[in-house]
Amino acid sequence: MQPPAPSDVALIRADITRRKRWDLLFGLLGVLALALGLMTITALFVNMLIDGWARLTPEFFTNFPSRRAGQAGILSAWVGSLLVMLVTASVAVPLGVAAGIWLEEYAPKHWLTDVIEININNLAGVPSIIYGLLALGLFVYGFGLGQSIRTAGLTLALLILPMIIVATREAIRGIPQSIREGAYALGATRWQMVKHHLLPYSMPGIFTGVIIGMARAIGETAPIITIGALTFIAFLPPAPVTATPPFINFDWLPAPFTVMPIQIFNWTSRPEAAFQQNAAAAGVILVAMTLFMNGLAIWLRYRLRKNIKW
Amino acid sequence: MNSSLSDSGVSERLARKASRHVSERVIEAVLFAAAAVSIFVTLAIVFILVRESLSFFQHVSIVDFLTDTQWTPLFDDAHFGIMVLLSGTAVSSMVALAVAIPLGTTIAIFLSEFASQRTREVAKPILELLAGMPTVVFGYFALLFVTPLLQRLIPELPGFNLLSAGLVMGIMIVPIVSSISEDAMRAVPMALREGSYAMGATRLQTAFHVVLPAAVSGVGAAYILGIARAVGETMILAIAAGMQPNLTFDPREPAATITAYIVQVALGDLPHGSIGYQTIFAAGLTLMLFTLTFNILGFWLQRKYRERY
Repeated sequence: MQPPAPSDVALIRADITRRKRWDLLFGLLGVLALALGLMTITALFVNMLIDGWARLTPEFFTNFPSRRAGQAGILSAWVGSLLVMLVTASVAVPLGVAAGIWLEEYAPKHWLTDVIEININNLAGVPSIIYGLLALGLFVYGFGLGQSIRTAGLTLALLILPMIIVATREAIRGIPQSIREGAYALGATRWQMVKHHLLPYSMPGIFTGVIIGMARAIGETAPIITIGALTFIAFLPPAPVTATPPFINFDWLPAPFTVMPIQIFNWTSRPEAAFQQNAAAAGVILVAMTLFMNGLAIWLRYRLRKNIKW
Repeated sequence: MNSSLSDSGVSERLARKASRHVSERVIEAVLFAAAAVSIFVTLAIVFILVRESLSFFQHVSIVDFLTDTQWTPLFDDAHFGIMVLLSGTAVSSMVALAVAIPLGTTIAIFLSEFASQRTREVAKPILELLAGMPTVVFGYFALLFVTPLLQRLIPELPGFNLLSAGLVMGIMIVPIVSSISEDAMRAVPMALREGSYAMGATRLQTAFHVVLPAAVSGVGAAYILGIARAVGETMILAIAAGMQPNLTFDPREPAATITAYIVQVALGDLPHGSIGYQTIFAAGLTLMLFTLTFNILGFWLQRKYRERY
């Protein structure tokens, strides 16, 4: 083969340099695209913090909503959110974990299993407002549960159920087969193996999924508007814990309520700037809460990957 | 074996084995019931939407529903042209995709082909935080930050418009597009990349000529699932795009989407069983049909690339 002429070598070199420059350029573009995401989060948070800063006083947390923007607060909203989350967690977590265990450890190779799996995938893609319509038709009017804390809690529980099922399955799938075989070899039944081995070992993974699900539920607005939650609530539901025996009461379940995102929506949609400041202040709190929960989940998962080596 | 043990001990252990067997069966049934709940949820969604829509279509002919160019269900002169709401949904989704597809694909290629492990570990949590942001807050951001910003560029832009809602929605969808696309690209076997590098291709050439074509069904799935998300998004549009039904294809105008209409009706106090109440279920059924089609198509494409490698 002939050695290439010096002029060809120069041409090839120039071509290589040019292509490498394109490489670098695309790398920069990628960083820029990511920075845009980070900038959006920052701009959103800082903008709300500036707008709402003056309203972030202790009274803001202890006042009820009011017709006068300066005296309005989020007491009924955060209490409502807390109680709704309580219902959501106590329904979605046991149900989701149980379903995840069945699908991963018990499910036979059967058409019904396939149907359930495809169905869970589809449910995860159903828009949240459709869950609101389901709740309106089924819980509010079908079962007569009313526009109450229990209806909202159940609706959000159905909404995050697929997330918890998927998290449970992934956590269980990561446990090596030898653990299961070891338990069976000692004479454990399937459930004993699940209870004493799979569940404890997959707990951090499940917990991560639950936190992400709850972060999603606490910011969810559309389904709760659809069931007809009130936006102006100037009273608290009955307390779940009482001073007299039996110490726990469930009178709060059928109570009318409002939640943080509804309060923000209500204040945002008013034309007065003073109410929009309230929306910003409440928004800062809601965003801080979801960022904290998601951050916790990310950190947990990071630790998990570092510490567990099967 | 000791005979004294075999007499009472074995029968006792057999009895325990039998009871263990029963409790195992019960537990399995309970776990199965939990898994079956998801089926009931789907059936309930379909049942509720179809039942209310059927009584809606007894009042309104399906031809009017599909061809009328006005949507005034609560007026005396009621018109039920779903096309009007669909146009709002279509325009805002287009704007969102015009943002999410280039950004999401760039991020996916960058993370899968260019970035180091360390960069990935910083970048992915940022995307996750973006995906976890409450949409009502995005709505506030679109209405009171992005719209004033856009009004400096386009002075005649009204306070409510599809453009700013669509742009913010696009940013919100970026994590969905990028994470599914990246999964698909990383599933492409190393050997293909190595072959390309051995021929003297750069990373960019490899990414666009080898990896992207090989991952095309997964990337397509990412786009389609992104569309499904945009079509079903509610709060950003209800807050920033206005709730006025408007048959338009201009993103600078305000217009209600299907989802925003449902919110608007739910905020009012319509009596149960009235025609207004039934319209939101007919609108919901239309929405459900669209997202279901996109989701099934998306999952089918996703499964295709998983099977290939």
